[in-house]
Amino acid sequence: MALLPQSGQQRTWNHWRLHTILLTAVIVMIYPLIWMVGASFKPENQIFTTLNPLPLHFTLRGYTSGWTSTGTSFTVYLANSATVAIGAVLGNLIACSLAAYAFARLDFAFRKLWFALMLGTLMLPFQATLIPQYTIFFKLNWVNTFLPLVVPQFLATDAFFIFLMVQFIRGIPRELDEAAAIDGAGHLRTFVSVILPLLRPALITTAVLTFIWTFNDFLRQLVYLSNNTRYTVPLGLNAFIDRASGSSYGDMLAMSVVSLVPTMAVFLLAQKRLVDGVANSGIKG
Amino acid sequence: MASAIPSSPVDRAPEHTQSTERGPAPGGPPAAGSSTEPRKARRSKHRNNRVAYAFLAPWFIGIFGFTLIPMGYSLYLSLTKFDLLTSPKWIGLANYKALWQDPQFLKSVTVTLEYVLFSVPLKLALALVVAVALNKGLGALGFYRSVFYLPSLLGTSVAVSVMWRQIFSQQGLFNQFLSWFGIRGADWIGDPRFALWTLILLSAWQFGTPMLIFLAGLKQLPRDLYEAAALDGAGRFRTFFQITLPLLSPMVFFNLVLETINAFQAFTPAYVVSGGSGGPINSTLFYTLYLYQKGFGSLQMGYASAMAWVLFLVIGVFTAIYFAMSRRFVTYAN
Repeated sequence: MALLPQSGQQRTWNHWRLHTILLTAVIVMIYPLIWMVGASFKPENQIFTTLNPLPLHFTLRGYTSGWTSTGTSFTVYLANSATVAIGAVLGNLIACSLAAYAFARLDFAFRKLWFALMLGTLMLPFQATLIPQYTIFFKLNWVNTFLPLVVPQFLATDAFFIFLMVQFIRGIPRELDEAAAIDGAGHLRTFVSVILPLLRPALITTAVLTFIWTFNDFLRQLVYLSNNTRYTVPLGLNAFIDRASGSSYGDMLAMSVVSLVPTMAVFLLAQKRLVDGVANSGIKG
Repeated sequence: MASAIPSSPVDRAPEHTQSTERGPAPGGPPAAGSSTEPRKARRSKHRNNRVAYAFLAPWFIGIFGFTLIPMGYSLYLSLTKFDLLTSPKWIGLANYKALWQDPQFLKSVTVTLEYVLFSVPLKLALALVVAVALNKGLGALGFYRSVFYLPSLLGTSVAVSVMWRQIFSQQGLFNQFLSWFGIRGADWIGDPRFALWTLILLSAWQFGTPMLIFLAGLKQLPRDLYEAAALDGAGRFRTFFQITLPLLSPMVFFNLVLETINAFQAFTPAYVVSGGSGGPINSTLFYTLYLYQKGFGSLQMGYASAMAWVLFLVIGVFTAIYFAMSRRFVTYAN
């Protein structure tokens, strides 16, 4: 915020100073990540000897031996995580957009009550339902399958995304719906061919965030998956820590890097949308 | 519970909505589109009942089957002794009474409160400072926003917790850095005096999300106020504390509520950094970690349910306190 009209020179100088401070902050913040990537290519005995992130003796040993050293291949963990994440994304896209359309566009009995209830669940700590949900899934015999991690998404339990989409749909001019209605379109038709295409930005934000959150989620996967072959990436990584006996840091760091790759890839693809989406909607990390 | 929703930045106009309202007052009803509804729709009462309930069918199954009924069930379980395999045995309030005599439970409460009390303000302060700096109209804004946001995005992953464990271990990165200055660092993770602080630092490192929200808020502040302040000869600090901060108070409030709730629920870092144990002398035994140990480690599901309900109530009380405070400190423009 420029308080007083500044001379061009002064402004340039101030900007340079600010850039220097910010870049230093960037380096401090990102350094650990860079170090981790570098260290994953270092031989075991050089990981802790230097702060220099560049590997002097480049090796892929951490990756080749880490990939299988928990007894199950990391490929399996990645495939499991992908299954769970894609299932959750589909569920959220379908169920939340349906609910959002109803809340934003339809008039029905007790709408305000249901809407308030939906907003209320936004604040609900999920530990409040963790144990009873577990008991339900246990009785259904779904423990140690991916169902408890995916089915709730198909039932629109991520209220946050409903809210996001409701806000977005309210910004879409009603004239469009009315025009469709005049053309004889029913609500399902209007939803599919008018609202959904316009809702795309919100759908992409939902897909990206659901993917990343599901991919990084730990507690629920820890609770529901107990069989090694069903482990997802976070659980596979956690298995390393249990057995890390000082000799396998290289493996552990290499697999940590692998586990960050999908998140990073999605982040790079959707960077702008994601950052804008967070800024406009305010969501947890 | 609905009144506990902070007025979210969503309400204050993403570019695509042309809303003129500046977000509802906190605690007020979250305007369910009532003001914008065309009169036509009101003429026939609820003519879309059947269609709407069809669209909402998945949500109804979800809210009743997976949220409300389970919560009621959890309240019942909290009054029982239940090991998952045999049927629950009614024991009244015994679980709740036992909580107050359980030193580990009390420790987990202390640890969690300490974590919330230090990590949230630290995180928000960092977020605010960086947001104000980024709002000075300098170039490369997109780059900075993305890079500062990155830790928030990766932060909850197991990999980052693994990394943190390495950084603050005895022979880790941080101690090597200290040794440049001839300082012999401690075993930060293994020392009960410091272990929790490494996790507080990990949380502060993830200031990206609140920073983005602050930044969005800063962009909407009216310029003329700043020009007036400059004419009055107000300095940089006075301008910040008397104009920027009050105008930004809805954002501060929103971030405060959100980050507090998140902090209360933190689990992954404590679990990974301490290998699931809760750290040296339980110094990082977060509430959720202890709940997990009780419920899924020793299968004391009734006890864990009681813990879940206590957490639920505590978060409710915190939110209520915030809302009471917000009436005094949050100012809305217009």
